Amino acid sequence: MYLSVLALPLMGFLICSIGGRYIGGRGAQIISTGLLMGSVLVGCLIFYEVCLVQTPVYLDVGSWIPIIDLRWGFLFDSLTAVLILVVTVISSLVHFYSIGYMEGDPHFPRFMAYLSLFTFAMLVLVTADNFVQMFLGWEGVGIVSYLLINFWFTRLQANKSGIKALVVNRIGDWGLVLALVIIYSVFKGLDYQSVFSLVPYLVGETIWGFDKLEVVALFLFLGAIGKSAQLGLHMWLPDAMEGPTPVSALIHAATMVTAGVVLILRTSMIFEKAPHVLIFVTVLGGLTAFVSASIGLVQNDLKRVIAYSTCSQLGYMIFACGLSHYSLSCFHLVTHAFFKALLFLSAGVVIHGFLDEQDMRRMGGVFTKFPLTYSLMCIGSFSLLGFPFLSGYYSKDLILEVAGAQWGIATVFVYLLGSVTALFTAYYSIRVLMLTFWLPIRGGQIKSQEGGVFLLFPLLVLASLSIFVGYFVKDMLVGIGSGFWNNALIEETNNLVEGEFLPFSLKMFPIFLAFLGLCLSFSLVGLRLELVRSLKGVYGFLSKKWYFDKIINEWLVAPILNVGYQVCFKFIDQGVLQIFGPVGSMKVFSKISKDVRSIQTGQIYHYVFMFVLGIVFLLAPFESFFLFLGLLAFLFV
Amino acid sequence: MVDITISLVPNLILFVLGLWGLILNRKNLILMLLSLELILLSVNLMFLMYAVLLDDIEGQYFAFYVLTIAAAEAAIGLALLVAFYRLRGTIAVKFMNLMKG
Repeated sequence: MYLSVLALPLMGFLICSIGGRYIGGRGAQIISTGLLMGSVLVGCLIFYEVCLVQTPVYLDVGSWIPIIDLRWGFLFDSLTAVLILVVTVISSLVHFYSIGYMEGDPHFPRFMAYLSLFTFAMLVLVTADNFVQMFLGWEGVGIVSYLLINFWFTRLQANKSGIKALVVNRIGDWGLVLALVIIYSVFKGLDYQSVFSLVPYLVGETIWGFDKLEVVALFLFLGAIGKSAQLGLHMWLPDAMEGPTPVSALIHAATMVTAGVVLILRTSMIFEKAPHVLIFVTVLGGLTAFVSASIGLVQNDLKRVIAYSTCSQLGYMIFACGLSHYSLSCFHLVTHAFFKALLFLSAGVVIHGFLDEQDMRRMGGVFTKFPLTYSLMCIGSFSLLGFPFLSGYYSKDLILEVAGAQWGIATVFVYLLGSVTALFTAYYSIRVLMLTFWLPIRGGQIKSQEGGVFLLFPLLVLASLSIFVGYFVKDMLVGIGSGFWNNALIEETNNLVEGEFLPFSLKMFPIFLAFLGLCLSFSLVGLRLELVRSLKGVYGFLSKKWYFDKIINEWLVAPILNVGYQVCFKFIDQGVLQIFGPVGSMKVFSKISKDVRSIQTGQIYHYVFMFVLGIVFLLAPFESFFLFLGLLAFLFV
Repeated sequence: MVDITISLVPNLILFVLGLWGLILNRKNLILMLLSLELILLSVNLMFLMYAVLLDDIEGQYFAFYVLTIAAAEAAIGLALLVAFYRLRGTIAVKFMNLMKG
């Protein structure tokens, strides 16, 4: 039963990809969505057995790579069960939504096949019981992400974004591969059990002067930076919005981009013993949250704003990990998955409503026209900005609270950054609502109806989850003394209690900032010209995305490309290798053959001369022999 | 007794003269044939001298063989010469370079 949670999406993928031509679009919809629903049921059962009844399950399927003692294995502990539930629920809702959203698309079976394959790969990632199998899922979601961003493959922009996502992720994958190699050389094994049970014995051991665990954690985090779009490698995520909206909701908001966070959660044992890397994780997470939220303030593309918001929320998760609050990070992952999927899917409805217009400047005034979408998007946005008692409030506020309760330069720094980010989040969330729904329409056409049941039903489910999940599962996931995690996560410095005793003013600070952002948004969006003129520099800086793309393209990519062209291509490949390789030998042999040919003059006297010369040289060694013969003859005669 | 130097050195000189005739000759094919005859005769002479020196009659046998073969070779060579002249209109060795690489 446990394996069927993986098998059902895989079956959906195989049927839709191989038999898509025969079952057609409708068949692909029914089969893949139905199988995913079955997967949700199994996921619920797994959640019940593993989390609620507290029986972690370990399945050994068979040998994989005997040389490094690697086996196919599946590990179902609390972390896995939670993630399985999140992934399958959102994936099945997105499957369902796609039926309405992609209606009329000629490549429907391919789309459904990709979605199912993505779900399968993500489940492999979370259920793996060794690093290599996890890496398999990791690469699987990466490649399906590329395929889905690139789903409308005739669009040049989509091609470019897909390649960008793949290439930027490659840097993180490189870090993860190095991490796996180092783990194998340090721990002499790659399955979670051996590695995690050996961690305490390796504290303080060094490799080339560096702490072993710190090195492992650093490279693991490099993988997480790439996949979870942290600062420096975050540029691919907003560009990935070129894909269809359900894909953005499933892959680039709820599940795949959290893979990096999942990696950190899974290896929390190692991270706990690497305090310096944890500081780095904290600071980078805080900076990501701040920077991407500030970019989100001024974006005009509806999906792009939400993408930057995703990036920023991932920053929150990462810095919660850095503060050693892994369970809290997972809690935010869960709530974020629901409200961000809700936001994306309702953005999809809005985009459909405006006949595939994504620019918010051309939208507006549809809150009477699309009342249901409007109210659901409000729920999503308010949950995102941490409006009290919606699910985002419980997780985000708690993260800021524990950040405020730890005393250290890095923690205070990220506390301030996180609080300012809360302000930014409120600002751009309300800005989206205003530009899309409240302000009068400024161009663009509107569809007459909101959308069918396929579009709206998933929104309703996600909206109810966005409202209630935070309240319902808070005590279970991050409650003080909760035994829910059952050794799946290791937290050595849990200061939830100290968080409870923070001064009231400090506790209310993020909420106050969020409300400030809300009010600012109301006041700023209306009056544009004067303020925008005075803030022109800031606005340009933000709308150019802090010049990240520019800096990386011109200072990093261009020199590397230059070196690749001048040194690797022109000097080595077309230079040295060619001269000592094919071209060189060709020239040498043709020259030699030319010389040899010129000896053959065709004049008989030359040939005779050569002939005589040859005989002389041939007989020269026997000269002494002939002399001897001559002497002998002389004596005898 | 015959002195080995007196008996063999003229032969050698004749042989080398024949060789030079072959190598240095740029004029015509007849000179070449003559040089070839010279070489053969010098070798013949050497056979005979050795036959005397070593007191062995086999050298004389060989001299006869070589004489007959030299006669045949001269006949063939002259026939080739005539054929070549008919074909090319010249017997200059300098222009015999059809085998040039």
